[in-house]
Amino acid sequence: MSLFLTSRRVRGGLTGLAVAAMVLTTAACGGTTRGEDEGSSGGNDAAGASADPDAEIPADLAIAFLPKQLNNPYFDVAATGSERAVGEIDGEFSQVGPSEASASSQVSYINTLTQQGADVILTSANDPNAICSALDQARSGGASVVTFDSDTDPACRDLFINQATAEGIAQTQIDTMAEQIGGAGQVAILSATANATNQNTWIELMTEYAAQEYPDMEIVTTVYGDDEDEKSFQETQGLLQTYPDLKGIISPTTVGISAAARYLSGSEYKGRVALTGLGTPNQMREFVQDGTVTAFALWNPEDLGYLAAYAGAALAAGQITGAEGETFEAGDLGEYEVGADGVVVLGEPTVFDAENIDDFDF
Amino acid sequence: MTVDTAPAPAAPAPAAPARRGRTLPAGSVITTFLVLFLVVAAFSVEGFASTRNAGFLLLDVVVIALIALPLTLIVVTGEIDLSVASTVGLCSAVMGRLWVAGLPLEAIVPLVLVLGGVLGAVNGFLVTRLGLPSLAVTIGTLALYRGLAFVVLGDQAVADFPRAWTTWAISSIGSTGIPTVVVPLLVLVVLTGVVLHATPIGRSLYAMGNSEDAARFSGIDVARTKLWLFVVTGVVSALGGVYWTLRYGSARADNATGLELQVIAAILLGGVSIFGGSGGLLGVIAGALLLGSVRNALQLVNVPSDVLNIVTGVLLITAVVAPQVAARVKGRRRRRPAS
Amino acid sequence: MSAPVTGTPAALPEELAAPERTGHRGSALVHRLFVVRELGILAALVLLVVVTVVANPRFLSGQNVRDLLLSAAILTVLAAGQTMVIVTRNVDLSVGSVLGLSAYATGTLLVVAPGTPVVVAVLAGTAVGAVCGLLNGLVVAAAGVPSLVVTLGTLYAFRGLDSLWASSADRLQINAADLPSGFKALGGARLLGVPVLFLVAVAVVLLVGWYLRTFRSGRELYGIGSAPEAARLSGIPVGRRVLTAFVVNGALAGLAGVLYAARFQTLDTTAGTGQELFVVAAAVVGGVAIFGGSGSVYGAALGALLLTTIGTALPQLGLDPFWRDAAVGALILAAIALDRALQLRLAARLRGRNARRDR
Repeated sequence: MSLFLTSRRVRGGLTGLAVAAMVLTTAACGGTTRGEDEGSSGGNDAAGASADPDAEIPADLAIAFLPKQLNNPYFDVAATGSERAVGEIDGEFSQVGPSEASASSQVSYINTLTQQGADVILTSANDPNAICSALDQARSGGASVVTFDSDTDPACRDLFINQATAEGIAQTQIDTMAEQIGGAGQVAILSATANATNQNTWIELMTEYAAQEYPDMEIVTTVYGDDEDEKSFQETQGLLQTYPDLKGIISPTTVGISAAARYLSGSEYKGRVALTGLGTPNQMREFVQDGTVTAFALWNPEDLGYLAAYAGAALAAGQITGAEGETFEAGDLGEYEVGADGVVVLGEPTVFDAENIDDFDF
Repeated sequence: MTVDTAPAPAAPAPAAPARRGRTLPAGSVITTFLVLFLVVAAFSVEGFASTRNAGFLLLDVVVIALIALPLTLIVVTGEIDLSVASTVGLCSAVMGRLWVAGLPLEAIVPLVLVLGGVLGAVNGFLVTRLGLPSLAVTIGTLALYRGLAFVVLGDQAVADFPRAWTTWAISSIGSTGIPTVVVPLLVLVVLTGVVLHATPIGRSLYAMGNSEDAARFSGIDVARTKLWLFVVTGVVSALGGVYWTLRYGSARADNATGLELQVIAAILLGGVSIFGGSGGLLGVIAGALLLGSVRNALQLVNVPSDVLNIVTGVLLITAVVAPQVAARVKGRRRRRPAS
Repeated sequence: MSAPVTGTPAALPEELAAPERTGHRGSALVHRLFVVRELGILAALVLLVVVTVVANPRFLSGQNVRDLLLSAAILTVLAAGQTMVIVTRNVDLSVGSVLGLSAYATGTLLVVAPGTPVVVAVLAGTAVGAVCGLLNGLVVAAAGVPSLVVTLGTLYAFRGLDSLWASSADRLQINAADLPSGFKALGGARLLGVPVLFLVAVAVVLLVGWYLRTFRSGRELYGIGSAPEAARLSGIPVGRRVLTAFVVNGALAGLAGVLYAARFQTLDTTAGTGQELFVVAAAVVGGVAIFGGSGSVYGAALGALLLTTIGTALPQLGLDPFWRDAAVGALILAAIALDRALQLRLAARLRGRNARRDR
């Protein structure tokens, strides 16, 4: 019974991994609000304190990793990255989290971490506001809070590690598509839901970038698979019937791209219609191997976790306070700079193809 | 689905009087167990016994205990309401929608409580006037109300409720760590306890649970009483929805998903028979606190959530199997043991 | 519709163990109502399809229909098993978790031993489910504890075991690429254009239907659900029958897990989460009385098909998918209200007939 209605969320169950992650992704706050803006100055409130860029990272920092949901492969890979980073700085790593992706159970775990006196909390928020007061309590108890993947209200955390910028995501997808279809021809977009903010932002940027860089590429339509496997599958089929000259499909959602790949691989269009977008290597491996898909993109969640852990350690050590313009070292990944609103950008998305796909397991 | 209006023939249920006699101890058993657990945890779990942790623990239990109050009365009469968590979600969604529409909370809260009453009345009407089994009805409304919550608010979240309200929701009394909200909850607990254990109404609820026909013949308006119980459960769930929204500062359609399991687990752990007719409020409160404390303590010693789920499930089954087995052993001489 | 409302022998129709004499005319009437009830769901289904096709002609395209049947297959198998449990006045809410556990077990077996023949994999998944069903059934039948509570508990416990297994084996997700191609072929395989998985579901429904109707022990399940005490007194081994129902249901949930693995080919610990609502809904919508004693597996199968069609049709009709849960809820309420009305009418008719005969 408990889980009766989570079914809606899990209907595309198998694909719930990075999708869940992407729903809130780059748009910092997914909440509808009434009235004025929602305090964009947040994250800088620690700026009053002074940073000491040369401070040593103390040993034995207790760094806790709190994903949206435990046993989610996407977050598990991110946790691997965090754990590696924590090992490099001789800290103590722990991963805790709820078995269902709800904000209320995350609050319970944040409270536990507060009580245990964690030095750093790395978390991906199930709700941008619901975990705020719990995070505030953790911070007043001395913890540094770093969000990654899905941000909270900027006022409730010290830093947000953004996996990629909207521009980076849009350009990578258009470039990958252009490479496959020779920069010319009809292309359609298979999106998630019609009102998904991040999707719409990307689609807008993709359209602009394509018009600018590849004038012969024509984006004919955007259809919505609602992040449901079956619907996405049907929409793919519909696209190919409606546009017989279609050269390619871009699906910036993991559910969409894998459903589209599944349709293409079993149809006569396999190899004739290009497909790219945002997908996970494990979901797409088969379709890359059988030639349905040449290349697709996603950020590397392991790097995301790795960077988040280093950012947390830098905060705890006092190297940075979360103010714009501060810089810190993140192990193998090199130096990063804190941007506006306490946001650190991981970098460009990784492009996966037959060459490198076997190096990734998520 | 043994939660039938006629509890007697279901499975090898022990005879009614024996059941009645057994249950008050069941409440005290769980209370004793709670006290023991708290003592053991206080000494063996680092960070368990502190005012801050007590506050965290109680905040997690408040809504469960709140909804358990009217639901206990319903279970005592032999019915069930599985739609409570969906009512919380729908009320939370409507609260968010009205807030975005510009209404003040002073107007929204009464409206939402009325909505809760209506949702409860729908359950009550279907059960008492159409004579439909409450289990099936409330599985239906569990889906319906949650679905409507998503229709109302989609997968959006509404967040910017006034700070005064949201901070009150998590404030504590002075430096004791005890959440302020515990005070009104205690008032409701006492009120419900008095109604259930010290008034004719309470006695009539047990009578209905033991034998609906007998209750009817002794002049109790069974249908009307049950209808009102469902209405009250709706209103209290709505109150839970308001509190949930303020506590987390976020109105969402999926708020409190699955909470019905925890509420029912607390009630059954507390020694209330799912067949109706027995159980007491003290045990239910102890049951809610025990579930909350076990989770809290296991989280503090970093037990993974998978194991927590297994523990919850096993606890729930044990709570129901144990008294049944005990009764069987006791009654072995009098009854033929059931297959 | 047998009617658990009354204690009159005539209201316990053909399904009850020994009704040959008393219930003959009554059972014909009951049978007719049964058919009417199923025709009702069928009519609703046809109406839904027609409306959707008018709105979107592509709805009836070959691929779309095949996809619909594939989705319905898993729910249908679950609903068939659930019917057996519900007619005994029990319920199994743990089926979603059993499905998940079995799917994961099947996947693991195929990853660890890719040479495993498909038949063995199917049997293994089914066996995992049967063991879960046995656990449920033992606690319910032996300890005499309400199945609602027991299976609520095992819903949590089985899911917990699933994720504990996945995390300790460090294999959180099993992907298409990890599975042998022989098994994957099962997911898309067709026979005369019809998906094989759907044919499996049809076979399951026919088998369960045949068992419930033809075998004495099958008919006794209805007797147990109609009047447990009377069934016990008339010498039916209630505990053993209920246990059997749970084991069969568990096995079918396990089989559904295998079908799930074959169809989706991506398995993590959330597989099947929340399915219990749709399974119980399918049975109830299909006319299986939640308080036991009546309903047919064919009705439940139609219910499963109807619910699946609603899920696919709503977006095609331009309705927000958020309406689906609400529609499912409303449908459950409508179905039980309709059943109640039919039941009252039936009881009235039978009473009238008995009165005449007695005179």
